[in-house]
Amino acid sequence: MQVDTPVLETRGLTKSFRGFTAVDSVDLCVQEGHVHALIGPNGAGKTTVFNLLTKFLPPTRGEILYRGEAITTLKPNEIARRGIVRSFQISAVFAHMTALENVRVALQRRLGTSFHFWKSARTLNVLDERALALLDEVGLAAYAHTLTTEMPYGRKRALEVATTLALDPSVMLLDEPTQGMGAEDVDRIVALIKRVSVGRTVLMVEHNLSVVSRLCDRITVLARGAILAEGDYAMVSSDPRVREAYMGREAPEPDALEVRA
Amino acid sequence: MSQPIDTAAGALPSAVAARRRRERLRHGAFYLALLALGLVAPLFVYPVFLMKILCFALFACAFNLLLGYVGLLSFGHAAFLATGGYVTGYLLASHPGLTPELGILAGTLAATVLGALFGVLSIRRQGIYFAMVTLALAQLVFFGYLQAPFTGGEDGLHGVARGELFGVISLRGNLSMYYFVFGVFLLGFLLIWRTVHSPFGQVLKAIRENEPRAVSLGYNADAYKLVAFVISAALAGLAGATKTLVFQLASLTDAHWHMSGEVILMTLLGGVGTLFGPLVGASLVVSLQHMLAQSPLGNWVDVVLGAIFVLCVLSFRSGIVGEAVKLYRKNFK
Repeated sequence: MQVDTPVLETRGLTKSFRGFTAVDSVDLCVQEGHVHALIGPNGAGKTTVFNLLTKFLPPTRGEILYRGEAITTLKPNEIARRGIVRSFQISAVFAHMTALENVRVALQRRLGTSFHFWKSARTLNVLDERALALLDEVGLAAYAHTLTTEMPYGRKRALEVATTLALDPSVMLLDEPTQGMGAEDVDRIVALIKRVSVGRTVLMVEHNLSVVSRLCDRITVLARGAILAEGDYAMVSSDPRVREAYMGREAPEPDALEVRA
Repeated sequence: MSQPIDTAAGALPSAVAARRRRERLRHGAFYLALLALGLVAPLFVYPVFLMKILCFALFACAFNLLLGYVGLLSFGHAAFLATGGYVTGYLLASHPGLTPELGILAGTLAATVLGALFGVLSIRRQGIYFAMVTLALAQLVFFGYLQAPFTGGEDGLHGVARGELFGVISLRGNLSMYYFVFGVFLLGFLLIWRTVHSPFGQVLKAIRENEPRAVSLGYNADAYKLVAFVISAALAGLAGATKTLVFQLASLTDAHWHMSGEVILMTLLGGVGTLFGPLVGASLVVSLQHMLAQSPLGNWVDVVLGAIFVLCVLSFRSGIVGEAVKLYRKNFK
């Protein structure tokens, strides 16, 4: 692991909605190989930062750099091709496709035949082996031929991870990966993220502080659109400003101020 | 492409594999029966009526590719139908030496180009805005055809000769014309079937299911939608071109926004997002129009069709074929 190599960096990142500044000059720096968490009270601008990083929102001001290269003006599908892949707050799966097909859609872009409307879909069967291996990696081999809409919620999130892994991303951006899960599912997803983050860089927005303490190397606390504190869990959790802004109201509520793509 | 790996090896439980095999057999039998029906139908039913159904069915199938498999509601498909018809009609009427298949090819090509133009201008819009942009563009095309000298304006374009297919087979007889139209329909239908079940179709499905996710996997959703739009426009043009050859005329009715509405009606009635829905819907609408026109209810055709449409949308939303498929799944699995 190379230390002090920023993989993802923002400089003066700002987003205003009709005069309301949701994100205010954020300088974020995610190091290679880190699991980095973005936390903060409701309405702090976490999801907005997330949507700016994934290009689902255009920034009002500021720059986003990926390995030193400006990616501020790229489209969302273009950053995916460079190895930055996001997940979504609400599980983002293709509901009327089987688990296997979900993963296969992610894999098939590499074949270079995705525009070939004259070819049989059976030409995609060459990907089945790899897709099954990915499903197995997240413990879903038994669900391979199940329609995704019939799978339990926790399993859908695992499927999303498998689909993301199919692209072999160097950076994974996870939007509240454990939201809406029971304790058992949370443990499973935490173990999964820990396993798949080896050799990758992860930036996650997360409400659940126990998840953050178990997973993350570095934590950035946002409050009112700006960075309040940054450091490891021990440092951040003992910061009195963070305690004041965040710890008092741990219970998650729907984020009224945050805009979803 | 390397040798496809059989999914049954290890991955697919044998029960599932067996069920799929049975299903494929049933589907095969069903397709064969339909094909046979299509081949013998003109011996029992007036061929021109059947050809009208096939042309509208192809038009509705093309429209359904967009609405059912991409989720885009175009309100301007009449423009493609009319363009196919006018270009083919004009070329065949003014160039007596031209063979009909070349005329149809030219009409289809013109609709394809127009489709690309419409698509580029509209594809970034979502939902109702997409429908409005396509409607506005189609209205522009309508008024263009109303004024253009070669369309004959309100009188229409007449005297299109059916000619000889490849310069050899005469299409003047209704029976030979029917088999040609049936062939064209099959070709269009197979292209749609292939598109839906292709690598491209898989991406389209993913985009329809969850566009942001498909984008985050690296797919440029707009480009995929555009390709689907152009295929749809091309096939709508093919339907219009063939129809012109059948009736030996092209008229403004095809370019009118009524026609864009009618194809929505056919598709929804038959079952949107099902392969056979548009075929059933088009057959039903064309037959009803034909029957009602000859009955004392003659002037009430649109009212009756409207009532049927309302009834359909209220009581069985997935259309005739959609409901039939549900019933089949409930009883045969």
